[in-house]
Amino acid sequence: MSANTVQNGKRNVLRVENVTMQFGGVIAVNNLSLEVNEGEIVALIGPNGAGKTTTFNCITGVYEPTNGEISFYDQVIVRNHPTGKMKKLYAGENKDLYTRAALRSPEKGAHGDGKRRSVKVLRPTPDQITKLGIARTFQNIRLFKSMTVFENVLIAKHVRARQNIFTATFRLNYQEEKRAREECLALLEEQGLLPMKDDLATSLPYGLQRRLEISRALATNPKLLLLDEPAAGMNPQETQELADFIVHIKNKYNLTVLLIEHHMDLVMRISDRIYVQDFGKLIAHGTPAEVQNNQRVIDAYLGVVEDA
Amino acid sequence: MDKLQKRKKLIITAAALAALFIILWVLEQILPANAMLFVVLKKGAIYALVAVSMNLLNGFTGLFSLGQAGFMLIGAYTYAIFTIPLEYHDSVYQYFNGGIIKFTVPVFAALIMAGAAAAIFAYLIGLPVLRLKSDYLAIATLGFAEIIRAFFQWDALGPVTNGSNLLRQYPSFTSVLFPFAVAGVCILLIVLLINSSYGRAFKAIRDDEIAAEAMGINLAKHKQLSFTISSFFAGVGGALLAMYQTTVQANAFKSAMTYEILLIVVIGGLGSVSGSVLSSFLFIAASEWWLRFLDADTYIGAFKVPLLASGFRKVVFSVIIMIVVLFYRNGIMGDKELSAETFGGIRRFLRKRLGRRKEEVTK
Repeated sequence: MSANTVQNGKRNVLRVENVTMQFGGVIAVNNLSLEVNEGEIVALIGPNGAGKTTTFNCITGVYEPTNGEISFYDQVIVRNHPTGKMKKLYAGENKDLYTRAALRSPEKGAHGDGKRRSVKVLRPTPDQITKLGIARTFQNIRLFKSMTVFENVLIAKHVRARQNIFTATFRLNYQEEKRAREECLALLEEQGLLPMKDDLATSLPYGLQRRLEISRALATNPKLLLLDEPAAGMNPQETQELADFIVHIKNKYNLTVLLIEHHMDLVMRISDRIYVQDFGKLIAHGTPAEVQNNQRVIDAYLGVVEDA
Repeated sequence: MDKLQKRKKLIITAAALAALFIILWVLEQILPANAMLFVVLKKGAIYALVAVSMNLLNGFTGLFSLGQAGFMLIGAYTYAIFTIPLEYHDSVYQYFNGGIIKFTVPVFAALIMAGAAAAIFAYLIGLPVLRLKSDYLAIATLGFAEIIRAFFQWDALGPVTNGSNLLRQYPSFTSVLFPFAVAGVCILLIVLLINSSYGRAFKAIRDDEIAAEAMGINLAKHKQLSFTISSFFAGVGGALLAMYQTTVQANAFKSAMTYEILLIVVIGGLGSVSGSVLSSFLFIAASEWWLRFLDADTYIGAFKVPLLASGFRKVVFSVIIMIVVLFYRNGIMGDKELSAETFGGIRRFLRKRLGRRKEEVTK
């Protein structure tokens, strides 16, 4: 049994420890550690190409990190150390922290107590991550093009249903199906998308497509919501609305939110804490005020004047 | 209101199907049994089933697979092997001491076995092959279909498959109602599946694999499901084709057959069941009946009509297909379905057109 880590009275939801993602010779994420606690809105910011989306992809199982460990509600969901070809190629840090031998020995291992924490999935696929309760949206909107708004949301219910292919084909699951439909309708109404429920998802205006993508993620009943640049391409007015919307759904559905964003006004307004990533590495972290005044952050965004 | 409309739609569909069967039955009573119409209807129904099964995979799940002929072959052989009456075994398996399978099963059980055998093969092939995407998947499945064709002609399997010799003497059908009923039930099952939660998951995979996975849909499992189910119905279709042909030989299930079916699916519209059905009847009618005259030397008096010679049919056919693909890029039906509403739409469209014309006339 693992005791839940509690910080400031809040449970720890997501913990990323020493995660390195190396593609061939390129280190996209370099020894990144971050924590997200229950009920928080945490932002991950950084210049273009800093490795933010790669971090998301590691968390959601799209990529398997080269090294490091990710846990969700104190349950290790991803753990890896450099193996095979990567053993030689690996250029990151903490190479030996997560090998089997290291995890067994109390001195060297990542966890001082030497005990291995409960492990559910170590090489999860994205769908398993979603089932655990982590939902995400994408930087470039990925809606199901040929489907209506309603169907886009309804898809999310497929995974939670207890049907199998026979009960589904012969409509023996009609009660479950009915409940799923009602839930989705309620969700769409709540999000103000009900009037266009039978329109093709791609026919919606851009802002609503974003909102639909978030609604779709909500329909999977997540505990943690990962938003990848939700305000991309939005004007200040829309960004403002989006910020309110994020706070609203966070409170309403008891969510924890981790978001990547470039709109600083949105980030500063709604996030409890901010992590700043540059060239794969974490360069700063703290409250919005702390980060704003951090010289390294300013340098990363504006560049440094180099002495000749 | 919604429920009432649904029920009304259901009744209309059922009535239309019943009417279809009655018309077929009446036609059988009045037309000679060897009329060309029946050839088209029988073969069309079989191809409709296979095309719909391929559409489930290519059109609804977005997996570009070209293994259909291989799975049809497995179905056809399974059906034939298990239904040849014992008294004919000595003559059919004359080179293999009467074969080693010494029992027969009823026709319907054999049809289901045909589907199951194809499905099992598909499951096994799917394990490695479904990791591939788009063109690579097509090449791999095409290769497997060819391997299956060669494998079934292997002499060592002779006691079961009769090597490269014909399988014959198994029960067949004469009435056009039989393939219609079997294909109809199978297509109905596919439609039910497509409209279920699983069908939505398949469409999600087609639209965007990454997003589907992020919605919790297990890609490997659902692709495998779609592949296996599609092959099941292809196997049943193959068994029907074997019944229709009354003899079966592995060499007939070439990749050309897969391309024919692919053509039907594309012309009918990827993602439209009724499109596939419609276009398979049109395709079979055109290739077996309407365009046959192009293949025959024709004389008007002493004058021989130029170009009309064996093989010219295929030229014309290709041109027609090019025209269809050029002007109906999404096929006849696109991804829409034929329904009572479509007919309503056509009626409204015609009325509008005619009405306008009338107005012009009165002016």
